[in-house]
Amino acid sequence: MAETERVGEVIEAGTTAFTAQCYELYEIPPLGSLVKTGNASAELYGIVYNAATTSLEPGRRPIARGKDETSEEAIYRSSPQLAKLLRSEFGAVVVGHKEGDKLYRRLPPRPARIHSFVYQCTPAEVIDFGKSFDFLGILLNASLPVPAEELIGASLRQMSRAHKDPRAFLVAAGKELAILLSGNLNQLNAILGRIKT
Amino acid sequence: MTENQRLGIVVSGSLGKGVEVKLDSSVSIEDVVVGRFVTIEGAKRRFFGMISEVSLGMTDQRLSLTPPDVADPFIAEVLAGTSTFGTLHVTPTLVIGGDADSLLEGPQPVKTVPSHFSMVNLASERDVELVFGSEDEKRFFIGNPLDMETKLCLDLEEFVKRSNGIFGKSGTGKTFLTRILLIGMLQKSQAVNLVFDMHNEYGWKGTREGGSPVKGLKQLFQSRVAVFTLDEENSRQRGVSTDGVVRIGHDEIEPEDIVLLRQTLNLTEQAVEAVYQVQRRYGKNWLQSTLEMDAETSKELLKELNIHESTFHNLRRGLATIQRLPFIEPNPPTNAVKAILEHLDRGTNVVLEFGRYRDITAYILVANMLSRRIYAQYQSRMEKATAAAKDNLKPHPLVITIEEAHKFLNPEVAGQTIFGTIAREMRKYNVTLLVIDQRPSGIDSEVMSQMGTKITCLLDNERDIDSVLAGVSGRNELKSVLAKLAAKRQALVFGHAVPMPVAFQPREYGSAESYRDFTDEGKAGTGKDIEKLWE
Repeated sequence: MAETERVGEVIEAGTTAFTAQCYELYEIPPLGSLVKTGNASAELYGIVYNAATTSLEPGRRPIARGKDETSEEAIYRSSPQLAKLLRSEFGAVVVGHKEGDKLYRRLPPRPARIHSFVYQCTPAEVIDFGKSFDFLGILLNASLPVPAEELIGASLRQMSRAHKDPRAFLVAAGKELAILLSGNLNQLNAILGRIKT
Repeated sequence: MTENQRLGIVVSGSLGKGVEVKLDSSVSIEDVVVGRFVTIEGAKRRFFGMISEVSLGMTDQRLSLTPPDVADPFIAEVLAGTSTFGTLHVTPTLVIGGDADSLLEGPQPVKTVPSHFSMVNLASERDVELVFGSEDEKRFFIGNPLDMETKLCLDLEEFVKRSNGIFGKSGTGKTFLTRILLIGMLQKSQAVNLVFDMHNEYGWKGTREGGSPVKGLKQLFQSRVAVFTLDEENSRQRGVSTDGVVRIGHDEIEPEDIVLLRQTLNLTEQAVEAVYQVQRRYGKNWLQSTLEMDAETSKELLKELNIHESTFHNLRRGLATIQRLPFIEPNPPTNAVKAILEHLDRGTNVVLEFGRYRDITAYILVANMLSRRIYAQYQSRMEKATAAAKDNLKPHPLVITIEEAHKFLNPEVAGQTIFGTIAREMRKYNVTLLVIDQRPSGIDSEVMSQMGTKITCLLDNERDIDSVLAGVSGRNELKSVLAKLAAKRQALVFGHAVPMPVAFQPREYGSAESYRDFTDEGKAGTGKDIEKLWE
């Protein structure tokens, strides 16, 4: 298995979602990507739904510094402290957990612990997780600041990249959505429009 | 096609109306056709049925109002089988239990429905064999179930026990089907056939639309078929080797024959009545006497019998038409009935060709007359055999094949013709009918209801369809199958000899290979018989 990439650390955790801070500024996993946290005995899977880069101190807003600089990169070069004064965070909605070898696509019994490491999932893990589309139900019903259709579209696109035949994966996911959204044609069309290849 | 291809699952239904099946998204609805034979795997039992309707469904009616953008193949693929799906209507007709006893018993008529979400598969070859049996001494390969390679076999032993019908519009392949069945009966059953071959299609060779002529029975089974003809000259011209010429003497015509011809000869009721009177008066020679009567005698006779003069004229004109038929002679040299009966007794099948005399008068007269004589013989022999309780005295079962059956079996004359009697009394005297017709609605419903097995090609007249399917369970379902048969080489068989209705494609007839298959089967049969003797 490829070395899993560590992307951050949990700084806020609830049953349905957790927030993690990235170790490096701007090194945020893409929207909709699958991340995991927790130790080997109880792993939690989450899908990135939101990300933000803010000042470390809530009261201190960054100020514009680039008036005399030639490029954006130059700003960071001339003020190296910036990387330490700003931070990138992302939120992930919990869509499943692993107990032992068994993968469950439902909410875990306990939320993540603070300071748990957060890893980006490998393609193999993504394929394994994508074998069932039960997590789509969680995403549809979660109340999140981003529209569900955007999040589902992004996550399915992300997951499809790990598959050999992305189209077949998306068609299968689309069929699942068609069943879940049989009463809500507009939402179905919106999602299908976002994942069509 | 793969074995046991899955079609979908049962979602609703009832015993009376059949079950609804939701098609799997992987199956294209366009590949599923009515008439296909399917199996339903219930929890405890296995059901056999036929697809009788195919329809489209959708989960949300709004889809039909605002159709999605199906120009995009992705969207179309996602929606197929989920939001939009195909449904099948399947009529289960047979069921087989899962335990050993019921497996031995074989398929039984259905008395319940499969449980919810039972899996529905296309029937495999083994399923077809389980239901219809495989080719053996009694079963004859008649064709393939629609879209399948499997051999569909008909139990001819059972088939000949009842009167049967072959129906279909003209040009749908009735004659070919009949030929196949005649060969089957010749090979696989004890019955002998008497074929009234109005169009000279069965004996020596037959015609084929847009093709070379096909061989008749005599060419394939020289020793077991005898061809008789009414028109020797015509038969010779066509190069047919005949076994006998049929001539009918004046004294062989009876008043009953005239009754049957009332419509074709345009006789009045009174004229028909007069026939009986004249016959009582003159006995056997009544026809000759009536025609040769001079004015003086006739006047006396009319007075004596109280017959009106115009009635008598009407009668004489009709009788003259009969007399003009070339095969009617005052004193024929041979007794045709006797000759035919002798052949039948020996187990030889007899085809009677009509040559050029295809007009309906000749056909009705001859067919009815011969059949009546033969039937009378059979009746007396059967009664003797029953009285003596000796099975070996019983004559061979006889199947009389008649074309244009509605002329003999229409409600007006069915009560009077011998065919009506045979169809109704059926197998009591070992004589049954094979009725071939294109207007089944013209046949007396009482006769239709007595028919054991019906094989029907395409029919499109509503009344014809109704009359063929009258009294059959699940007729509405069969109706949709029947109306959708191809115009050629497809037929639906149902009734006594088959455990369940099935649509099929008759086997090939007409190529050198097909002839070999037909004759080989016969040989294989005898080979087996010989092996049996050694055992």
